[in-house]
Amino acid sequence: MNSGILQIAEKYLRWLFLVFAIFALFRGHNLPGGGFIGGLMAAMAFVFRGFAYSADEVYQSMKIKPETYLVIGFTAVILSFVPGMIAGKTFFEGVWLSADLGQLGLLKLGTPLLFDIGIFLVVIGVTVLFLFSLKRSD
Amino acid sequence: MVVSLLLYLMFSIGIFFLPKILRKYTSVWIAFLQVGVFSFFLTRIPNIINGEVLSAAITWVPALDLNLSFILDGFSLSFALLISGIGAMVFFYAQAYMKKYAGTDRFILFLTLFSGAMLGMVLSENLIQLFIFWELTSVLSFLLITFFHEKEEARKAAFQSLYITAFGGLSLLAGIILLGTIPGSYSLNEWIASAEAIRESSLYLPGLLLILLGVVTKSAQFPFHFWLPGAMQAPTPVSSYLHSATMVKAGFFLLARLHPVLGGTSEWMYIISSVGVITMFMGVYFAVTKTELKSILAYTTINALGVLVLLMGIDTQLSIKAALLFLFVHALYKATLFMVAGLIDKKAGTKEFSSLGGLARTMPLTFVITSLSALSMAGIPPMLGFLGKELIYEAKVQLPGISSVILVIGVAANILLVAVSLTFIYRIFLVKRTTDKPIPKEDRKSWLLLAPAMLAILSLLFGLFPKILGGTLIESALGSVIDGAGDVKLKLWHGFNDVFFLSLFTVVAGFMLTYLMNTKQMLLKNWQAFNERIVRFSLSDKFLSGVDGFVGFADKKTQIIQHGYHRYYIMTIMVLAAVAMWYQFYASGAQLTINNPGTIPYYMAGLVLVSVFAVVMAMFSRSRLAAIVAMGVVGYGIALVFMYYGAIDLAITQILAETLIVVLFVLVMQKMPRFLRLSDKKQRVRDLVIAIGFGTVMTLVTIQSMDISLQPAISDFFIENSWSKAFGKNVVNVILVDFRAMDTLGEIIVLAVAALGVSMLLKKGGKA
Repeated sequence: MNSGILQIAEKYLRWLFLVFAIFALFRGHNLPGGGFIGGLMAAMAFVFRGFAYSADEVYQSMKIKPETYLVIGFTAVILSFVPGMIAGKTFFEGVWLSADLGQLGLLKLGTPLLFDIGIFLVVIGVTVLFLFSLKRSD
Repeated sequence: MVVSLLLYLMFSIGIFFLPKILRKYTSVWIAFLQVGVFSFFLTRIPNIINGEVLSAAITWVPALDLNLSFILDGFSLSFALLISGIGAMVFFYAQAYMKKYAGTDRFILFLTLFSGAMLGMVLSENLIQLFIFWELTSVLSFLLITFFHEKEEARKAAFQSLYITAFGGLSLLAGIILLGTIPGSYSLNEWIASAEAIRESSLYLPGLLLILLGVVTKSAQFPFHFWLPGAMQAPTPVSSYLHSATMVKAGFFLLARLHPVLGGTSEWMYIISSVGVITMFMGVYFAVTKTELKSILAYTTINALGVLVLLMGIDTQLSIKAALLFLFVHALYKATLFMVAGLIDKKAGTKEFSSLGGLARTMPLTFVITSLSALSMAGIPPMLGFLGKELIYEAKVQLPGISSVILVIGVAANILLVAVSLTFIYRIFLVKRTTDKPIPKEDRKSWLLLAPAMLAILSLLFGLFPKILGGTLIESALGSVIDGAGDVKLKLWHGFNDVFFLSLFTVVAGFMLTYLMNTKQMLLKNWQAFNERIVRFSLSDKFLSGVDGFVGFADKKTQIIQHGYHRYYIMTIMVLAAVAMWYQFYASGAQLTINNPGTIPYYMAGLVLVSVFAVVMAMFSRSRLAAIVAMGVVGYGIALVFMYYGAIDLAITQILAETLIVVLFVLVMQKMPRFLRLSDKKQRVRDLVIAIGFGTVMTLVTIQSMDISLQPAISDFFIENSWSKAFGKNVVNVILVDFRAMDTLGEIIVLAVAALGVSMLLKKGGKA
């Protein structure tokens, strides 16, 4: 498909998809959302782009290839286990750091967040890879 | 001790990071590592002689009673010294030998890891850990044998050795687990502590047989001996190492290690000694008529392994002492002889007797080294081999009962061995040259010569001054195999006694046989022809064709289940599930009760109706696109149901996934041929029956599951602990990333593998 309307719409919608995706990723721990949902949303951005242009073009223009998303995602997932192992906790047990940011509230960073980011990236990689390899071989 | 094992691992990987100039000498680096480890173990000798037992333990998987636990006593020290000492020489030798081949780094990597695995095995105190190292040596030796993987022979031989040793390894594991139930532990010390109980248990015989199966496969005993001659397809440094200090000695190692636990029974004695006797004689018998250097040596290794196993089977203090000494004897001469065979192969370009001869003049040093080692093999003074043979005879003579049979076969085997050794020297170095190949010269500065030279000198040195070995290592090693063993005094000269006359007879008869074999060509030819006829019924080929047959059989069976039709896979799953669930309903006599269905608002009812309508559309639509859209409607409908019941996360995921699935379907659809109805009426009726059967039962199960309340519900736990322990208010997400992180990890792995698979299959230009 090569539609001018879609191509222009994509330019703006792309960011909307991505912002929403990251929003969903970060709010996930307390409110509906999370890495899986966020990842699917972000993948939508690519899929949409794939409709506006062609899958090959999108694949070429991707600076980070879907396979790389998988690698980075898995690295993040595996790294998220390391602090727990170092702290001598059970495997997969979360480790949390909290920092008081005064006015902004309490910032809590934990390995589950890293894990979720990993899932986010893996889901993007998997979805994009699925769709593009189906579309590319036209 | 543990550090040395880690060093092997680090060095083996480290060779890939060496700067370019040093990479030419990777093998030398490893050789230095071996020297270092060797000296470390040397410095431990005084401790061991004083009766200390060094040990180290690392907690690994405490829940499975699986800890890395290492032990260094006299026996494992002997092996450790052999592995690292001979290893050092082998690596020095490999530096010169492997120079011209591609993939040397890979070779050094495997060989280093192999050394490490072997060392890990002999130091293991936990038997499961021992098994792991045992299997590692099998796998690594497979990789080493198949080094010249472009040769079909090498691949075949490697697979054969892997099949046999891995099969034996599994049997060993079964044996360890079986007998481990008696002391309730896999620790060697605890096995020894409850040795009485193990020997008297009814599991003793099956356990012993399983473990022995591991031993005879690894140590190339009859009837599993045939993988060993095949294994000489490996580069010579590997053969030299495998045959002398490692791999095939592992079986003997295990026998001696478990001797305090399993030994001393009549089963042990009869099974092991009969296997040993057959192997001992058969090995040397086939060696006599072979004419290729490496295969002669391979068959004499089988003979030597037979001797070791036989001595363990005879099971007297004297015989085990002889076995321990013979371990050193054989390691020293066999490593040397293989290295010499490789050297001659390099220099003369052949390993066949017929193209060799008369090399004594041009290769005098090689001649001396070979002669020393071959004499040690023949058991002729003043070499260490002489002492070994004397002790073995002594052990056999003093054996009560079956001594006469074993002694006669033993003497016959030794006569043959003398003949093999002497022929080996004679045909390479002394016989008049009959070929017109260029006469090779020796290169005295090369490691090809220096490495075997050092081992041969050691062999001579120990023969002349046996006390160095006897009072120290062998004595403490004997102490760890048998309780309360006495001093070990080794002497070169024993005086005129029975054993001496037996030795004398052996040597004289061996000389005569050699003379006959090398003067009466006809006799030799006939003998060779006769043996070839026996060998033609080759166990090795039978084994391989058996394996092929089995694979073919499995292939046919698999094709019935794995037919490759997606629709039938789904059908199978549905039919089986439906039948199982229907049966369960029928058998349990469950009453279908709908408790408190609650009020369903009209718009939900409407939603369900729309979904049902969409399903019907999808079924009867004549357009693919319409069917896909209709299925999408069903998916969104389900998402709305989730939403209604408050499962927001689920609903969002469902909507997103549904969208993507529709996109996916549309994409796939473009590639499909025109829409056609291919099924006939009968098939459609069949599908309808299956669909109704499966759908109904799923509905029933769903309704029934409302009545089931698990106590306590797992969801309560999640809800309670989500905020307090995992700091998250969204329980679904907390479950995904924290409580059930393992599941999530598994799921994303599956997803990633599937995506990569699809991407590979549909790569442009690829054939899917």
